[in-house]
Amino acid sequence: MAETKNILLVGVGGQGTVLASKVLATGLISAGYDVKMSEVHGMAQRGGSVTTQVRFGDKVYSPIIGKGQADIIVAFEKMEAERWIDYLKPEGVVVANDHAVPSVPVLIGEAEYPKNVIEDLKAKVDITVINAVEVAKELGNIKTQNIVMLGSLVKALNLDNIDWEKVIGEVVKERFVDINIKAFNKGKELV
Amino acid sequence: MKKLLTGNEAVARGAYEAGVTLASAYPGTPSTEILENVANYKEIYSEWAPNEKVALEVAIGGSIAGARTLAAMKHVGINVAADPLFTFGYTGVNGGCIIISADDPGMHSSQNEQDNRYYARASKIALIEPSDSQEAKDFVKEAYEISEKFDIPILFRLTTRICHSKGLVEIDDRQSVPMKEYNKNIPKYVATPANGKKLHVVVEDKLKRLEEYSNNSSLNRFEWNDKKIGVITSGVAYQYAKEVFGDTVSYLKLGFTFPLPKAMIRKFADEVDKLYVIEELEPYLETEIKAMGIDVIGKEIIPNIGELNPDIIAEAILGKKSKTVEKNEDNVVGRPPTMCAGCPHRGLFYELSKKKNVVVTGDIGCYTLGSAPPLSTMDTCICMGASISAGHGFAKANEINGREGVKVFGVIGDSTFFHSGITGLVDIVYNKGNAATIILDNRITGMTGHQENPGTGYTLMGEPAEQIDIVKVCEAIGVKHIEKVNPLDLDQTKKAIEKAINTDEPVVIITEYPCVLKKSKQDEIDKYGLNRKECVVDSEACKECKICLKAGCPAISFEKGIGAIIDETMCVGCDVCLQICPFDAIKKVGE
Repeated sequence: MAETKNILLVGVGGQGTVLASKVLATGLISAGYDVKMSEVHGMAQRGGSVTTQVRFGDKVYSPIIGKGQADIIVAFEKMEAERWIDYLKPEGVVVANDHAVPSVPVLIGEAEYPKNVIEDLKAKVDITVINAVEVAKELGNIKTQNIVMLGSLVKALNLDNIDWEKVIGEVVKERFVDINIKAFNKGKELV
Repeated sequence: MKKLLTGNEAVARGAYEAGVTLASAYPGTPSTEILENVANYKEIYSEWAPNEKVALEVAIGGSIAGARTLAAMKHVGINVAADPLFTFGYTGVNGGCIIISADDPGMHSSQNEQDNRYYARASKIALIEPSDSQEAKDFVKEAYEISEKFDIPILFRLTTRICHSKGLVEIDDRQSVPMKEYNKNIPKYVATPANGKKLHVVVEDKLKRLEEYSNNSSLNRFEWNDKKIGVITSGVAYQYAKEVFGDTVSYLKLGFTFPLPKAMIRKFADEVDKLYVIEELEPYLETEIKAMGIDVIGKEIIPNIGELNPDIIAEAILGKKSKTVEKNEDNVVGRPPTMCAGCPHRGLFYELSKKKNVVVTGDIGCYTLGSAPPLSTMDTCICMGASISAGHGFAKANEINGREGVKVFGVIGDSTFFHSGITGLVDIVYNKGNAATIILDNRITGMTGHQENPGTGYTLMGEPAEQIDIVKVCEAIGVKHIEKVNPLDLDQTKKAIEKAINTDEPVVIITEYPCVLKKSKQDEIDKYGLNRKECVVDSEACKECKICLKAGCPAISFEKGIGAIIDETMCVGCDVCLQICPFDAIKKVGE
C-alpha cells in the first residue's frame, strides 16, 4: 500500500501554479493513484499568496493538510517558501524558485523584502534552489517557469515512471506543448 | 469513466444527470463555478440573476411549473434569499428543487463565516451535506428524488473545501425527466394567512416523515470498527476524521442532516464507549444530540472558529502535534491582495484619499481593496448594497445631530448596484438625502472572476442581451445630478468629487472603464482606448519624493539612489502615476 504523499505548491497570483498542478494531477491519475487537490480561489487572483495542495496515494481522504505534513514544498517565489515552511515535514524537501516578487508593503516602503531567505532556509531544511525564471526566459517564454518548476518537482519526488510528455500534450494548449516539454525536461535536470 | 472534478463541477454534473432544466444564481465565492459549469450543458436553461433572492424565486417558479430546478449562492446569499426560502418551505415544490449554499469557513473570500445549516431547521426544509466531489454529484441526484417524494425544497450545503477541492468522480448519463404536470392549486401555492396556517401543519407532518426517511436514508451510514471511540460527523469534517483515525474508530457518517436520524444517533451512542462529534463551525449536530440527552464531546475541544483540518482534530482528540520546521517570521512580509496594475478603481480612490472630511461607505467587490494601505479610503463594508443605504443613514444621523462639514460617499460596483444598490438610491432620493453615490462601472462582475451582469450586454449562456443603462436607471429614480467620468482621468474625477461635495442633493458619479483583466471585445477596445502604451520613469527627473507610491500600484517599486521603477511587464499604461508625479518624471514609453 502506497503511503499518501503531500505536495504543497505556493506562489503568487499569475505565476501559473494552477496549470502546473493540473498537469501534476492528471499525470498522477494516469498512474492509477487516488488524487485530491485543493486550491483557494477568490482574493488570490488579486496579487495575494496562492497555494495548491495535491495529495496522492491508494486512498486519499482529506483534500487538505495541516502544519508539518508536506513531503515537498514547491515555491514559485522564495519568500512564499518561508511563509509556508511550517507546513513541511522536518524531513521533507523544498524546491524553491530563486525569484522575488515584492508585495505591496514592500513596494510602498512600509517593509523591506527579506534579504537572506534562501540562506535561512538552507540552514534548516533540505532545499534545492533553481532559477526557473532564467531558464524559462532562455527557452523564450517566461510563462513556462511553472512547468520548469514542475519538472524539478517530478525529479525530486521520483515520479519518473509517468509519461509526463504525453500528459503535457493532453493538458497544455497545442501551440505551447513543445516549449513546455522543453521546460519540463530542463526543470528535471536542475534537481 | 472517472474524472477529476471540483465539488462545484460535480454539483453541476449531478444537476445535468438528474434532468434539471432550469438553474439561476448570483456569483459569489466559493459558489460561482456551479452555474458557470451548469451553463456548459445546453439542455439546462441557466442564468445569472441580479441577486440571490431573484435567483431563488426563479427556481421556485420553475419548480412550481413542474421542472427540476436549482438556485446556487454563497452563504451570505442565503441571507438575501431568506424571504422566499422560508415560505417555500411551507408551499413545497412541484418539480424537485435544490438550493445550494456554499459556506466559507475560514473566510477565504467572505465577510463572515456563518453556518447555514441552521437555515434548514429555521425554514423547515431538508438539509443535505456531501463530503467530497463524488458525493456532491450523487447527493444532488438523490436530493431531487427526496424533494419530489416529500414535496419539499432541499438546502444543499457545501463548504469551500468541497466546492474547490478536486476528487475523482464516476460520470453517468443524463436521466430524462419529463416536466411534471402543473395544476392550479391555490391552497398550496398562494401563501395567504389562511393558507399559511394550514401549510404550517402540513410541513410539520412532512418533517416527521422526513425524520423516518433520515433514519433509513443511504445518505446516513454506520461505519463499524472498534467501538471504544465513536465519531459522528458530516461534510468535509468526515474526510478529516478519516484521515486522522482511519479504520480505528467507528463512524456515524451523516449526509442527510435535517431532520436528523435520531434513531441512528441513539443506536450509535449506545454501542460506542466514548462519543465525539466532529463538525466544522457551529455545534449544529452537537446541540441536537445533547438535547436528546446523549453525552457527547464536541466544541469544548474542537474549535468553532475557522476551518478544520486533520491536524486540528488529531491535536484536539489525540493530543498529537506534528513536528514542524520553525518559521522565521522576520523573513515573511505580508502579501495582501491588492488592486491590479491598471485597475480603473485606483484613480477614483486616489482622488478620494486626498479629500479631508469625507466618509466612504464601501461595498462588496474588488473595490473593497480601496480600504487597504496606502489608499485606506473606506470607512465601512457590511454587505451587498449597504454602501448606499448605510451612507444615507450616516449622513442623516450627522444632519439630525448637527455634525456639519462631512460628505458621505457610497461606493458600489456595477453588478452590486444591480444586486441591491438601486433600492438604497431610491431611499436617498425619496427621503431627501445628500449622500453621494459613486457607481464603479468596470463593465463586468470583477471579484468573482468576470461574470456577465445586467449591464454588460451578454447573458450567462453567451447570448447578446439588453444592456441596462445605469444613467437612465438613476434618472428614473429621480437623481438630478448624474455625471459619468473616466476614473483614469484624475482631473475629471477630482472635479466630479468636488462638485458632489458642494451639492446638497442626491448625486451619482459613474466611473466607467473596463476591468483591466477583462478580455474586452474590439468595440470596447476602441471605445475606451484600451491599447495604451506603458509608463516609464525618467530616473534623471525623478526626485525620489515617493508620491507615486501613494497610488499603491503593484507595478511601481522604489530604490534609493534610482528612484521609482515601473515594472514594464505589469504596467498597462493607465497613467495614474504619470498624472500624480509632481516632477513630470513619468512618461509614456517611446515619448
